[in-house]
Amino acid sequence: MIAEHLPALQVVVPLAAAPLIVLLRQPGVAWALAVAASVFAFGASLVLAAEVARVGVISYAMGNWPPPWGIEYRVDALSAFMLVLVSAIGALVAPYALRSVAAELPREQHYLFYAVFCLCLAGLLGMTITGDAFNVFVFMEIASLSMYVLIALGRDRRALLASYQYLLLGTIGATFYVIGVGLLYLVTGTLNIADMAERLAQVGGTRPVLAALAFITVGLSLKLALFPLHLWLPNAYAYAPSAATALLAATATKVSVYVLLRFYFTVFGAGLVVRTLPVPEILIGLSIAAIVTASLVALWQADFKRLLAYSSVAQVGYITLGIGLASADGLTAAVVHLFNHGITKGALFMLVGGIALRAGGVNFARLQGLGRAMPVTCLGVTLAGLSLIGVPGTAGFISKWYLVLGALEAGHWWLAGLVVLTSLIAVAYVWRFVEAAYLSAPAPGAARIAEAPLPMLAVSWVLVAACIWFGFDTSFTVEGARRAAALMLGGAP
Amino acid sequence: MEAFASHYSYFVTVLLMAAGLYIMIARGNLVKKLIGLSIFQTSVYLLYIAPGKLIGGTAPIVSQAYQVYSNPLPHVLILTAIVVGIATLALGLAIVVRIREAYGSIEEDEIIAADVGHGDRE
Repeated sequence: MIAEHLPALQVVVPLAAAPLIVLLRQPGVAWALAVAASVFAFGASLVLAAEVARVGVISYAMGNWPPPWGIEYRVDALSAFMLVLVSAIGALVAPYALRSVAAELPREQHYLFYAVFCLCLAGLLGMTITGDAFNVFVFMEIASLSMYVLIALGRDRRALLASYQYLLLGTIGATFYVIGVGLLYLVTGTLNIADMAERLAQVGGTRPVLAALAFITVGLSLKLALFPLHLWLPNAYAYAPSAATALLAATATKVSVYVLLRFYFTVFGAGLVVRTLPVPEILIGLSIAAIVTASLVALWQADFKRLLAYSSVAQVGYITLGIGLASADGLTAAVVHLFNHGITKGALFMLVGGIALRAGGVNFARLQGLGRAMPVTCLGVTLAGLSLIGVPGTAGFISKWYLVLGALEAGHWWLAGLVVLTSLIAVAYVWRFVEAAYLSAPAPGAARIAEAPLPMLAVSWVLVAACIWFGFDTSFTVEGARRAAALMLGGAP
Repeated sequence: MEAFASHYSYFVTVLLMAAGLYIMIARGNLVKKLIGLSIFQTSVYLLYIAPGKLIGGTAPIVSQAYQVYSNPLPHVLILTAIVVGIATLALGLAIVVRIREAYGSIEEDEIIAADVGHGDRE
């Protein structure tokens, strides 16, 4: 009975937790509810993923209105994979938030943080699970509006400006998306993604369809921070509260990539997007620009959190590069990197939050000699940094490996070389942390800095361990991504 | 000319869309930027509603007396979009109020200048 409604509960439970938290107000209760809701969502996503592996596709008719008239929740290999990533990060960030939020926000704002956190999680999960194009927009706005609030909660006044800029650009992005969906609705008369795909196959690439493709591409590129539409991202990540940054960096851009994949390969179909239009060429060009420029800019940042934010722009470039290759290996690399980069950046931003809490900031001047004062945290950052570079034995290596395979398969040997070469820039910026933490003389007062609080450290290390684990055991990530890639290239929704 | 007469709602839509985007880019005042954003979003409401309307069409009432219906779905979608638009505008204005408290200005160039001085001290 309950299992039957799991696709709805996946979204409804975090969504319902938010108003409940606002009513109860008590910080401890608010936190417990947020943890309960996110852990439930994680459990639900695991059950759904197991079910999808068994039966293929789960279709849930919201309110018993059969699709395509009603809103359909649809879980397939790709969305099940994304649900697991988003809810896993949510279930880890929620327990992490207790100490971090207590230190960074005034007490009267704690319950608001947890309410908005639950809304953001519900929005991201909803974007992933829904099978209705307009419903994606609604959930996108739920997630985005709560992200703007999460960012604006940052202590620095620049957080307000970052939130405002993200609000403008994010809304332009979402509005472009909805213009695209509107044009598709005018052409096909349906909003159900699977139904839309069938009807579009009969229409072909007419002018409104191409315009819709362009609007959706630009709109989602803003959301996923594809170069040169990434300008909102560095400040938003740098000034948001640590727990919020960990959630955003690990999930927000990834879910937008998922929606882009959904539209490219399910709705428009590889035939139109890849073979008749120069979309792959444009994506590959922009991805290379993103990887090279953002990596170089990251290298010169004075603040470690900002450095990681620029590195996120570069890593999104690797993901879109995989999409641009549009082959089985390329798409596998893209989907695997969605997951691997999610856990790597989640781990890094969580650990950095611990450093910010103890050292008062993550400016490189403050990181001097921190390897002695916070050995466990610094070891975690270094290990996750190795995964960011893509050193063999870490999760990051797996995604780079498939990316190189995809590039070689497409005959772009220079592209494979570029992936390896740009990883060297990542070596340089991770080295800056290692140099500051381990090889520099401690700053005055550094000896008094203690290790990060144990609960924060524990959940951060779960993700660090995951970065190593998924470097050896790829049965979940690569197999899941392969199934998703086969699904996308098969054309069938 | 005929194309303009039969599609004039689209021309209005595009005009509003471009005007809204232009305001957001050209104006440095944070409130004016939000007004531009609002105009931009409003153009999308028109994009959805206009094609759903038939001249002489009524609400879809099942009755012998009415034969021509307007499509109700775009109206429902845009109701949702209007709610989203209001929420966005309200949040945007709330953030601008906080920015004014923190910086004492809502002019983009003054705020950026204030932060450059602030950043050096850190």
